[in-house]
Amino acid sequence: MKKILIKEEYCMGCRLCEVYCLVQHSNTKNIIKAYKGEYPKPLSRIVVEEKGYESFALQCRHCEDAPCLDACITGAMHRDDETKAVLCDEDKCVGCWMCIMACPFGVISRNVYDKKVASKCDLCVGEETPSCVKHCPNEAIVYEEQK
Amino acid sequence: MKYVIIGNSASGIAAVSSIREYDKTGKITIISSEPYLNYSRPLISYLLAKKIGRNQILYRDKDFYKKNKVDLVLKRKAVKLNLKRKRVLLDNKQEVPFDKLLIATGGKPINPEVKGIDAKGVFNFVDLSCAKRIEKFIKNNKVKNAVILGGGLIGLKAAEALIALNIKLTLVELADRVLSSTFDKKASLIIEEALKKHKCDLITKNTIVEVKTKNNIINAVELKDKSILHADLLISAIGVRPNIELVNNTSIKTNRGIIADKFMRTNIKDIYVAGDCCEASDLISKTKKAIAIWPLAVLQGKIAGYNMAGIRKEYPGGFAMNSVELCGIPTISAGETNPVGTQYEIISDYVPKESIYRKIVLKENRIVGVIFMGKIERAGIYIGLIKEAVNLASCFFSESGSSFSKKEYFLKDNFGLISLPQEYRKYLVSGEVAII
Repeated sequence: MKKILIKEEYCMGCRLCEVYCLVQHSNTKNIIKAYKGEYPKPLSRIVVEEKGYESFALQCRHCEDAPCLDACITGAMHRDDETKAVLCDEDKCVGCWMCIMACPFGVISRNVYDKKVASKCDLCVGEETPSCVKHCPNEAIVYEEQK
Repeated sequence: MKYVIIGNSASGIAAVSSIREYDKTGKITIISSEPYLNYSRPLISYLLAKKIGRNQILYRDKDFYKKNKVDLVLKRKAVKLNLKRKRVLLDNKQEVPFDKLLIATGGKPINPEVKGIDAKGVFNFVDLSCAKRIEKFIKNNKVKNAVILGGGLIGLKAAEALIALNIKLTLVELADRVLSSTFDKKASLIIEEALKKHKCDLITKNTIVEVKTKNNIINAVELKDKSILHADLLISAIGVRPNIELVNNTSIKTNRGIIADKFMRTNIKDIYVAGDCCEASDLISKTKKAIAIWPLAVLQGKIAGYNMAGIRKEYPGGFAMNSVELCGIPTISAGETNPVGTQYEIISDYVPKESIYRKIVLKENRIVGVIFMGKIERAGIYIGLIKEAVNLASCFFSESGSSFSKKEYFLKDNFGLISLPQEYRKYLVSGEVAII
């Protein structure tokens, strides 16, 4: 499957990926409306970690053997048959946060602004390239075929 | 190949999926004493509280059985095993032959042996039929006052549901606090305060000695201290034990649960075990233990399934952990949350007013337990560190060599993968991505 690869050495910590991820997961897909006018507030599903001069962008790794899939009590967390991406069916999710407990990357977060649901990277379902990758100015995250 | 799986919940379903990854044609039969398609037992409190609808309790889609070519035998209890002839005997005398058998019979509630415990209006709260019967009883008997016996997870989730239904509630717990087996005092206190806010009375260090009835319907309970609580409903939630009746008087080895080896096999060839009925490797006590939690039931079922299909995979072991929202407070606890001894170091952050508590238990610079309440963001990172027993000694120093406090290190808001030893980061992503 195609996965997002992290190239730590190119990350500048600009956090544009966080901005574009949030916009992509908003209703309006408009940066100003997404930040200023939407409720429930859209969330970014990518996080930039920073320590001194080091930084990297991190989102769901769509693990081959994903612990969140085992931990999910509702069956909301599932693997897409076609893309093999790990996705959360938000209608099914009840917000028990088992997935947050199980994910060793810490890349699933709580969306509590509306119905409580687990929020995570969906590889921008339907888009050819995930928005974070598309907008990274320095190719610090790239979208490539992995075996 | 004939696979037979006894149990239609987390482990059984997981086993089907992994068998089918490798064996598309073998015959799989699931035997369940329940009348339902597979559903999520942890969701029964959500159902009772009407937070979810009837269909939402399904764990896998209705077509799961068809898609995976599973013969589903419902409302049939497996009552006996014939190990020599490799057959499961059902309660209608039918015999089901197997080549590979998975015992995934789950847990069984423990009830106090007191007078009146069999009265109408006394329930357990472990499966869908319990929830349905409670719902019906509440409606038909106009239940206003309820008592829950047991302040563990099941008791508290039942409490939450009854609170949502506006039933006046008293929780009776034998220990001096709720959730005494997974939480420490500070954590219990946050939940107790939240229960109070929801007008749930809590009585600790006490228990029920008699269920009083009228026309065999509960109307009160008597406690150890002779006090009487008016009750139209009692939920008995003092604990669950492995359901191993089926293997009693067989040569299958048991302790509290059925003993599993690292391939989820019992001591008898071709017979596997998974989920709440088994004792498998516990990474913390380094012994075999029955740890009745959903994620391990799934993992064990998955591993059992692979091995049944002839794919050798090892169970990596697990440890007690749970994530539950209680009274609207998200809580995650894992490992040794309340250890005694000088070899442990505790790092914590406690803001009871905001229902926030975070606790990290260290032993020789390795995390061995955590509690997160209110703020659970990225809790999985810490739990991953418990699982892999990562030595963090090198992390407590800044690049200039000066040390900073462990509290600052673990509980600062920007704690993340970047805070961890690089080798661990690499290990985490190995096979997934090249570099972090």
